Order: sequence, then structure tokens, then C-alpha cells
Amino acid sequence: MKKLNKKALRVLLVIGKYARWTVGIALALFLTWRIYQVLFVQQAFTADTWLRFALSGLILGGMYALIAIGYTLVYGIMFMINFAHGEVMMIGAFCCYFVFEALRFIPAPIAGNPDLVFLNAYPILSILIAFLVGMTVSGFSGYFLEKIAYRPLRHAPRLILLITAIGASIFLQNAAMLLFGPQRKNIVNPDILTRTAGWTIQVAGKPVLISYTGAFSLILSALLMIGLYFLVQKTKLGRSMRAVAQDQDSAALMGVDVNKVVSQTFIISGILAGASGVMWGIHMGLVNHITGSLPGIKAFTAAVLGGVGNIPGAMLGGITLGVIESMGPALFGIDFQLKDVIAFLTLIIVLIIRPSGILGEKLTEEKL
Amino acid sequence: MLKVENLNVYYGVIQALKGISFYLNQGEVVALIGANGAGKSTTLKTISGIMRPREGSIAFNGEEITSKPAQDIVKLGIVHVPEGRRIFARMTVLENLYMGAFTINDKAQINQDIQEMFERFPRLAERKNQLGGTLSGGEQQMLTIARGLMSHPKLLLLDEPSMGLAPLLVDQIFEIIQTINEQGTSILLVEQNAQMALAVSNRAYVIETGTITIEGDGDDLLKNDSIVRAYLGA
Ligand SMILES: Nc1ncnc2c1ncn2[C@@H]1O[C@H](COP(=O)(O)OP(=O)(O)OP(=O)(O)O)[C@@H](O)[C@H]1O
Ligand SMILES: [Mg+2]
Repeated sequence: MKKLNKKALRVLLVIGKYARWTVGIALALFLTWRIYQVLFVQQAFTADTWLRFALSGLILGGMYALIAIGYTLVYGIMFMINFAHGEVMMIGAFCCYFVFEALRFIPAPIAGNPDLVFLNAYPILSILIAFLVGMTVSGFSGYFLEKIAYRPLRHAPRLILLITAIGASIFLQNAAMLLFGPQRKNIVNPDILTRTAGWTIQVAGKPVLISYTGAFSLILSALLMIGLYFLVQKTKLGRSMRAVAQDQDSAALMGVDVNKVVSQTFIISGILAGASGVMWGIHMGLVNHITGSLPGIKAFTAAVLGGVGNIPGAMLGGITLGVIESMGPALFGIDFQLKDVIAFLTLIIVLIIRPSGILGEKLTEEKL
Repeated sequence: MLKVENLNVYYGVIQALKGISFYLNQGEVVALIGANGAGKSTTLKTISGIMRPREGSIAFNGEEITSKPAQDIVKLGIVHVPEGRRIFARMTVLENLYMGAFTINDKAQINQDIQEMFERFPRLAERKNQLGGTLSGGEQQMLTIARGLMSHPKLLLLDEPSMGLAPLLVDQIFEIIQTINEQGTSILLVEQNAQMALAVSNRAYVIETGTITIEGDGDDLLKNDSIVRAYLGA
């Protein structure tokens, strides 16, 4: 009996070893064939459409990346998935809505235009205020989330933290619904950032619109990511964050206040998610209590895709996921409603072929 | 300088230290020796604040530090160099040294100290931009010691600094220990290499299963028959 089991196990191991390669090669062949079909045989879409898909994917991907960084930072330090992180992003989006609404109520009449409001009189300042408020409030949300929900459980088994995080997510969603109502709210941007405005370029004889809001989001997320990378790699705060992620006891022995670093990590994650939320508000224009839910899960997917715990991985994962999601349906010739399925399918496939994610290192026992 | 009284420390239900008391005077090198699992590392961890005693007290320069968190104890000038080369593996040698100087805010001072460490450990200078995890075992050991020295400790707690080093390096490490001591740092030294440890230390304590059984001058203990038999393998 025992002998048989051993033999069966060995056979399974061999199959497992080749299964990964088999799946990988089969997928690669299928993808090549599919892309060839769509691009050269069917030619259902022209270059301008592909460009539009790619652009919207990049813009979305930038936002995913900002949220994904938060998952990865927190995971790196506490080895927990902060499932309430999407809700922190939702708080940022609400801040955008409320700031714009409030500024629309402040009159700022000038000679030629007595109806002018603050929002349109000082649009750049208004946008700046929206980001400042959104990032601050989200940063605080992250801080209190950790302090209230996670800190008391620091030494509890990891599963309990995970369940708490899911609970916190549900709580924040319902709190937002109670406070602001379930209906979706329209976010009205300052006139200079109207969603239909932008630069138009000619591709394959057809106009492609690069919207101001999209370009603005993409550039801002790139800047924030560069800033974060600098912070983590070059500053004392970043060094202490990395030290705590690698070895908490040793970090404490160097004089690092581990609790403070954990708080700072949650604040930074919150700030980035908040920025992403405000961008979401400006670019997508709709917000309600479930706004953070799907982007949150997508960003988590992105973090895992890139290798959870790895910051460049989260950035790469976010952008990749955004682009796959937006180009995928056209590329594979399936319904556009299935774009979410494609995102998660990508995750499953990557995890089969490379369980540690694209840039991830092998997880050590200690981290599991 | 350091006064430890009646320490009782537990890992869950296992009692690792059973009423340990000892002291260390300014400028001394004191050795803690004992078999594997005797509780030497636990003693150091309790002093540096990464473990809490259930009973007992620790005083440093007259100040009670028993319930202080580890990061505050470092600021008082007690630096613990843990056993097993606990460097930051995914940081460069230079970054590890910067971490060691975490409590120091004077940039010029830090850079000067780093130069000094590089003179003391030329191997580290050659590898300053290499990741800690890719250093050899001996180099990692040098790095943990150098990192510990970066914050100018008044009291250095060294846990098995010679573990796994080639004989030549062991001699070098003990020379460094003596130099550090001559420059004014007091040292509490945990060592398996009792011969060497006793030779450099003013006084020594022998720990057996969580209690101190013998104490005395380094030289006296070297002549003590039972110690020679138990720990020096002669
Ligand atoms: N994390 C832990 N959990 C449970 N028991 C532990 C833990 N760490 C140490 N112990 C136990 O406490 C006792 C003292 O351990 P300690 O590490 O202090 O020994 P040591 O004298 O440093 O030994 P060595 O020379 O092998 O380093 C041992 O019996 C050990 O098994
Ligand atoms: Mg030990």
C-alpha cells in the first residue's frame, strides 16, 4: 500500500514537472495563432482602434499599479493581504466628488462672467485641492485601519488577519453606502478637464482622442511611482521599511520603531490609493460605495501577477493587467463584457506557470 | 554599568532563564559561556529588549530598562549583535551599515564611521555595493559586527562572533574585540570558543540550563578543571 502511494506520488511529480511546460507551450501556441487570426486574417479592428485600447489600458493600468503598490508594501511588512485597500481607494474617489461639489458652490464672479464658480475660475488649484484632500483622507484611513483593525491582531495567526481585512472591507463599503446613499454620483470636472476634451491624432486615417483626463492620470501615476521608488530606495524611511520587511527583530535592534514603520507603510499605501481614487473620479466620473471593490481586486491580482511583496512587480503587474484587460477581448475575439474574466484568467495562468509572479522571488517558509 | 537581577524568561511554557543575576562594570569584557541551549542568547535578547522577562530587572547605568522597547534601548547605547549573521540580505553592504547608524543623524559622522569600518574590514570595502545575502558567511559575520559598531555603542552584546569562521578570521575577530574594548566600549561576549573568550575577558560566567553555576576571573576559569573538561574539550 505504502509502496504504491510512493510510486503514484513520483508519477504525479513527473507529470507536474512537465505539466507546467506543457501548459506554457500550449498557451503560447494558442496565443500566437489567435493573435495571427485577429491581426492578419480577420482584421476586425484597425490600427486606430488598437491604439485606443492600448491607451485606455495604460491609463487604467496606472491606477491599478498605484493601488497594487499598497498591497505589496503591506504584504512585504506584515505578510497579510489588506483586502480593505480597495475601499481606501473608494474613499479617495469620494473626496474628489465632494471637493469638486463644494468648490462649485463657491462663487468667484468676474466682470465678464458673473456666474463663474471657484472650480472653473481656479481649475488647477481645485484639482490640486482634490488630490490633497483625497490623499490626506486616504492616508489617514490607512493609518486608522491598521491601528484599529490590524494592530491588536499583530501576533494572531495570519488567517485571522485576513478575515479581519475582509470584514473591514465590508464595513467600509456599508458605511459609505449609509453615509452617501447607494446611487452612483456623477463627478463633474472643472471645464478644462472635460472628459470629452483632448488632443486628437490621426492614425490610419481616423482620429484618435487622447483625453486630457487620461493623459493627466497616466503622467501623474508615473510621477507618483517614480517618487515612491525614490522614497523606498534612497531615503532613511524607505530603508527602515525595507529593513522591517526583511527582519523585524534586527530592524528593532538597529533602533527602528517597528510599529511606527508599520503605520508609515499603511499611510503611504493609503496616500497612493487615494491618489488613484481621485484619478478614477476625474477620469471615470462616477463614484459610489462599490467603486473601490473591483479595482481593489484587480490591483490585488496585479500585485500577485507581478510577485507580491515586490514593488517594481506591482507596477509592472498593474500596467500589464490594465493593458490585457482592455486589449484582451478584441485580441481573443470574445465579448467585451468578459474583460474582467480575462484579467483573472491571466492571473490563474501566470500562477500556474510561475507561482511566484512575474518578478517575484521564491517564497521562503518564513513568509508563508 | 549593567546590572541584571533574577531574570526569569519563558518561551511559552518553557522556562529558558531561571533566575539569572550578574553585573558588568564600565570598560570590562565579560564572557558568558555554556553549552548549546543553556540560555546565553536568551539572556542577550532580554537585555536588548526583543524578549520580555516574566520576572527580574535589568539596569543600565542606574536606569531601569527592563520594560523598554528594543529601539529605545539602542538609543541608550546598548547594541546587540545577534547570532547567526542577521544582516539585511536584500540590502547592500553600504545600506546595512547605514541601518546600523539608524540612531545617528549626523551625515558627516556616519560617512566617517563607514570609512573607519572599511579600514577595519577591507573585505567589506571591496564589496560595498554587493547585496548582503550574497556575502560569504565570514563576510556576513564581519558585516553584522561592523553594523553594530556604527552606532557607537557603550555596551556591545556579542553573540558568538566567531561562529563558523576560519581560524585566521577568528583571531582577527578577537583582535577587533580587544581593540573595540580598548577604545572604551564595554563588551558582553557569548562564545562557544571558550578558550579564546576567557583569554580576552576580565570576568566570565558559566550558564547551565538557565542558571549561572560558576563565575570568576577569566584566567581563573581557564585553570578550573571542570570547565576545561566541559567547555574546552581538553
Ligand atoms: N523561539 C523559541 N521558542 C521556544 N524555545 C526556545 C526559543 N528560542 C530558544 N528556546 C529554548 O530556550 C533555551 C535557551 O536557548 P538559547 O538560544 O538562549 O540557547 P543558547 O545558550 O544561546 O544556545 P546556543 O549555544 O546553541 O546558541 C533552549 O532550550 C531553547 O530550546
Ligand atoms: Mg545562542
